[in-house]
Amino acid sequence: MSKNLSINGKSYTIDVQDDMPLLWAIRDIVGLTGTKFGCGVSQCGACSVLIDGTLTKSCSMPVSYAFGKEIFTIEGSSPNLEFLREAWNEGNVPQCGYCQSGQLIAATSLLDATENPTDKDIDATMSSNICRCGTYTRIKKAIHKAVALKNESI
Amino acid sequence: MSKIQQINRRDFVKLFGLATGGIILGCNISSDSKDFIPQIEGTFAPNLFVQIQKDGNIILMASRSEMGQGIRTSLASAIADELEADWKFITVQQATGNAKYGNQNTDGSRSVRTLLAPMRKMGATAKAMLITAASKKWKVSEADCFAENHFVINKNTSEKIFFGDLVEEAAKLTIPDEATIQLKKVEDFKYIGKTLKSVDLKAFTHGTATYGIDVRIPNMKFAAIARCPVTFGSVKSFNANAAEKTPGVEKVFQLDRLVPPTGSFFGALGGVAVIANNTWAAFQGKESLEIEWNYGENHSFDSEKFKQTLTNRIKEKGKLVPGSTGKVDDAFEEAAKTVEATYHVPFLVHAPMEVPNATAWFQKNKIEVWAPVQDPQTARAELAHFFEIPLENITVNVTFLGGGFGRKSKSDFVVEAVALSKKIKAPVQVVWTREDDIQHSFYHATSAQYLKGSLDTNGQVTGWLQRVAFPSIVSSFKPLSEYASGFELNQGFTNNPYNISNFSLENAKAEANLRIGWMRSVVHIHSGFGNNSFVDELAFAAKKDAVQFHLDLIGADRVIEGRSEFPYDSKRMKAVLKNTAKVSNWGKTIPENHGLGVAIHYSFYSYVATIVEVSVINEKVKVENVWTTIDCGLALNKDNIKNQLEGAAIFGMSLALYGKISVKEGAVEQHNYYDYEMTRMKDAPKIHVDIIEAMHERPTGVGEPGVPVMAPAICNAIFNATGKRIRSLPLVDFGLV
Repeated sequence: MSKNLSINGKSYTIDVQDDMPLLWAIRDIVGLTGTKFGCGVSQCGACSVLIDGTLTKSCSMPVSYAFGKEIFTIEGSSPNLEFLREAWNEGNVPQCGYCQSGQLIAATSLLDATENPTDKDIDATMSSNICRCGTYTRIKKAIHKAVALKNESI
Repeated sequence: MSKIQQINRRDFVKLFGLATGGIILGCNISSDSKDFIPQIEGTFAPNLFVQIQKDGNIILMASRSEMGQGIRTSLASAIADELEADWKFITVQQATGNAKYGNQNTDGSRSVRTLLAPMRKMGATAKAMLITAASKKWKVSEADCFAENHFVINKNTSEKIFFGDLVEEAAKLTIPDEATIQLKKVEDFKYIGKTLKSVDLKAFTHGTATYGIDVRIPNMKFAAIARCPVTFGSVKSFNANAAEKTPGVEKVFQLDRLVPPTGSFFGALGGVAVIANNTWAAFQGKESLEIEWNYGENHSFDSEKFKQTLTNRIKEKGKLVPGSTGKVDDAFEEAAKTVEATYHVPFLVHAPMEVPNATAWFQKNKIEVWAPVQDPQTARAELAHFFEIPLENITVNVTFLGGGFGRKSKSDFVVEAVALSKKIKAPVQVVWTREDDIQHSFYHATSAQYLKGSLDTNGQVTGWLQRVAFPSIVSSFKPLSEYASGFELNQGFTNNPYNISNFSLENAKAEANLRIGWMRSVVHIHSGFGNNSFVDELAFAAKKDAVQFHLDLIGADRVIEGRSEFPYDSKRMKAVLKNTAKVSNWGKTIPENHGLGVAIHYSFYSYVATIVEVSVINEKVKVENVWTTIDCGLALNKDNIKNQLEGAAIFGMSLALYGKISVKEGAVEQHNYYDYEMTRMKDAPKIHVDIIEAMHERPTGVGEPGVPVMAPAICNAIFNATGKRIRSLPLVDFGLV
């Protein structure tokens, strides 16, 4: 039966099994491939999205949970995500780039919830995301930078 | 290899039957000089790597795979620098797998080392032709013109012409003789040796970079394969009833193992394949298969028992390796003190964030593949071999790699995709689950090492005996290879930097019961761990400062190993160590429960010295600080090199703390990131990277050399903090994390 999935403000009509993980509905059915598969078991955060603003591992959340809710992915845009993108650019953060969609979404949720996150706050949110290339120190620095950019812009 | 060839117009017309376009060139950086780039109307493409358009935009071809090492940016910057191009006009295009681009095998930390000079020449040739074009327009001599920031400038009149406006004229010119091409002086570099941000930042931060797993072809299917838990086991029988009923599953069938010919290629493991209309359905279908396996001869393999076997073997005399010198037995006899230790490294796996995957479309006598491969030419040749399709009818498109670390050098997943596409007569993407990746890889070998050293009354090392045993990479190409090979021993064992007159290296038997492959830094992980741990033990026994002890052991300035075109220079080794000691304030007072550890290692022709500071509180280790110095010769892109070294510190830390693949009844016991763990942000140390200024030296490796130092530096720091010596990785086995 067809249902609507709302992603980044756009509605997609899809016909899927209710128990298909949201990740695969987004990637294979809707066709937005920016959200990545890393582990399938909520361990690496590559598949991170926001559902009604809440940071969620889409690999482990059935698509049915997201019907009627607003999903935010790396293809989207929000003020905090844009500050983060700018900071990521400035810090030349990514290496292979694969995990960075999830890193940026996780960091967006952090900035949405916390005005001036401390190192500890950053560790708490971002330690759910694995970067096999090991760009952690740059990510942390870039999150602080994004906050600074945001504060400058006000 | 970088000679630029001119092919005259008539040859081109004859070869391709095209009459349009300007100059046509081949450049025999390639091994196949018959491949030429057809001229596209309105562009100037003096060689395979440079295409200049009328609007001034320049497309540069990246011949090596991008897996996070920043190679697309690095290679492009070398061309752009010599071309005097404005960076904002540069875009980078990924080359398909084809010998016309020269060797494309992206491993061994060799891309910049081997390609900097030819890429510079590509840029310089294009620049020379733009200058000639401008000089003709102005009717002045070429010597009166120079190029700067995307313009050719007339020295006498200061008139300037935009590169794009010279395209038409330049395309009519003949290629200048290679001997006339002038390269820039180091002092004049604009991009080389500076910092350039990745050309792919925008794609990476917007989720628009296409990795292998993101490839979408109309009407493509998705596939998962259930492979035998035991290496090289086969399907006895299977029941697909439940799998076939899984919504989205379209076909289930057996896939036979493709055995590579001796000496080359990787083949495919085979198993039971599930074809579906989405990835999840394929995964679900695979989970619900009931398969009975013929486990085969690797069924009895047990990694714990194997560790014991190797440990027993290195207690006995092994095969003496050439390069051994002096008489260690006499040295031990006459010693004031001897020290012995045995070290172990377990099997390891790469676990790149993007799992192995490939998309293939097998059509009549034609194959097209889209895949995250480090070595597209081998993948292409392998497909030609297994599917008996002419090489020229096989296209291997190289996507972004979501990490490689050596795993994606092995194209077994590409072979699988093509075999599936051939069978179902449709394009298909095979995706490994993370469990597949952890359990069916080409593993970094396990190793055991026994070391014995002797000290004289002054605390000088007089003898060094090292017995090593680890399954060889060669076993993946030649079954029954039961001893580590010379090229493996030459990764830090035969060529350690120590000046010891009695040195004996012995090689003990180690058979392979898993597919053995190479992982970032390869055998240097073993040699770096054994050598640096043992030097630290000797320093302690000699009651000497570890840094000074290392320096003394390296000894006088000399060429340690001069066979290659990159002589191994003891002075440079000492220089990185001295720098790291200085920036880390080695010798300073550190807090209680903290410890410092040092390690040095030479790999991929680069010199690295690292000092690690740990704290050990309630028997838990935290890596607090990492100071690393690298001398990689000419540093092409400084910030990128720093990023690589930061990443290598984390990679090395992950393997030291958590890295362990264990095998019971022939099957890998780990599954996913919950039992094959990675360092995470909360545990990431502060990392300080220094790059030695060596712009007049040739560039050497960057991607790998930062890894081997980490495990020994951490273990040495733990010893410094606690007096507890860790000789067997990983630390998690000792409850230390």
